Amino acid sequence: MDYKIGDKKAMRNAYGETLVELGKEYPNLVVLDSDLSGSTKTAMFAKQYPDRFFNAGIAEQNMIGMASGLSLTGKIVFASSFAMFASGRPWEQIRNSVAYANLNVKIAATHSGITVGEDGATHQMTEDIAIMRAIPNMIVIAPSDYYEAKSVIRWSATYDGPVYIRMPRGDTETIFKDEEDAKFAFGKAKIIKDGKDLTIIATGEIIPEAIKASEILKEKGIDAEVIIMATIKPIDEQAVINSNDFVVSVEDHNIIGGLGGAISEVIASNGLNKKLLRIGINDEFGESGKANELLKYYKLDSESIAKKIIEEFK
Amino acid sequence: MDNISIDELKTISKKIRYNIVKMIGLANSGHPGGSLSATDIVVSLYYGIMNIDPKNPNKKDRDRFVLSKGHASPVIYSVLAELGFFDKEELWRFRQTGGLLQGHPNIKIPGIEANTGSLGHGISVAVGMALGCKLDKLDNMVYTLLGDGECQEGQVWEAAMAASHYKLDNLIGFVDRNRLQIDGSTKDVMCLGDISEKFKAFGWDVYEIDGHDYNQIINTINTAKSQKNGAPKMIIANTIKGKGVSFMEDNVAFHGKAPNKEELKQALEELS
Repeated sequence: MDYKIGDKKAMRNAYGETLVELGKEYPNLVVLDSDLSGSTKTAMFAKQYPDRFFNAGIAEQNMIGMASGLSLTGKIVFASSFAMFASGRPWEQIRNSVAYANLNVKIAATHSGITVGEDGATHQMTEDIAIMRAIPNMIVIAPSDYYEAKSVIRWSATYDGPVYIRMPRGDTETIFKDEEDAKFAFGKAKIIKDGKDLTIIATGEIIPEAIKASEILKEKGIDAEVIIMATIKPIDEQAVINSNDFVVSVEDHNIIGGLGGAISEVIASNGLNKKLLRIGINDEFGESGKANELLKYYKLDSESIAKKIIEEFK
Repeated sequence: MDNISIDELKTISKKIRYNIVKMIGLANSGHPGGSLSATDIVVSLYYGIMNIDPKNPNKKDRDRFVLSKGHASPVIYSVLAELGFFDKEELWRFRQTGGLLQGHPNIKIPGIEANTGSLGHGISVAVGMALGCKLDKLDNMVYTLLGDGECQEGQVWEAAMAASHYKLDNLIGFVDRNRLQIDGSTKDVMCLGDISEKFKAFGWDVYEIDGHDYNQIINTINTAKSQKNGAPKMIIANTIKGKGVSFMEDNVAFHGKAPNKEELKQALEELS
């Protein structure tokens, strides 16, 4: 696959723009938010389709319940907030009202991970993949860039069931040329760079750092394969099975229960003879700071990632 | 089903109460107290008020009922079974491995409109449904039944706010005000204060009735239905927990406990 790190564009803009497109195609599509529509970009939809947008106010548990009720009247429902308040606050409503009944509700969460930045730990959701993927029926997807986010949102409207979509706050570097190039393949990992020595599997906004880390490794004579895993549940088991024997997971999420956790389950369950190095948030709370500085602080920038891999890969 | 007499409703309720006690007894598990307190309301709705069709449980313009206090599932299961939504024999496999009837309501069961049981969820779902029905310009009603203890959940008040914000006059709620919850009286566990005033303050039209008086139940629902004034409606129904079985009445012990063999025999005799 051909990739090229491009301009910075926000996935949440892709979300808002795609919702507007989908609103035209699906008259039964409705959108909910909980007082963050300007930030999650659902305001774009609200402007175009005010009759099909419902602000739940700062009441996420009720928002999820309303989403369930709307879906039970045949609507395709997108419900949004920051990842912390879209997944953590109403977790039990998502489990019992939405997922247990397998309802057609998409939880589109923005502001995931440490890169939320200045707001600090209360708003830095680094456990959402873990708690969402533990719910039966729930699909968990973290788009890789702006273009793939568009494709993911579009796909999720066609899927009849609950989906959790994880997007960051900031503008992230694109790795695809356009939406066609980024076409989302549900449950399929994408190998974006071949390599014979080790395999880096990354998800979400941090992918450009993983790619740049692979370039640093190349200079050091280590040939790293790079795989991006947008669908975290169900995970592409075959991609993990086919990977090199030294695997590195890279994510802006706790190393427990996230992408690294999911990959380790595949390795253990299949009895694979692979070593896994999990790079992410090391089971700690975040701090305030600028997103790019925090990446360095938590050793999630390309140089730190490359350094860690060199240390562990012998 | 508009032309049903009070006597007929009484006869049906007795049968429903019989089913409730029997199914919980056979399961040796379940919540008799709150099922029996809610029986007259649920029977009035399904036999006297709602537009439903057991042969076509998903027809678009049906009235919908969400049992927010999902632990009272025996009452809704009994009513749906008697109306022919599913085989009545299922009642006797309630809460049992491989049975259709789960401990708490599930939409896999014909006639059940939402998965409930975790308290506070159902009213939010009903709000979403009422909103969805308004979007579809349907002329139907959405009903939901809450426990009084359930009103201690913060989500209930989030939903109450939203219902009045979105002017859902197609939503009628009930609070089954039996004044008991698992740990004791609602007053002692967590005082609810004046529930009527609370809902009024949230913008609802509130009615207070005797939840075992069919005339009051039916007339109040009809009045509430007719008020297309943009306000959601809440009917505070004063009830007796365990109503209909002498030793269960107002007895907190039977909130979530099945009768033993002898108690079951006595209860079924009282309801025969």
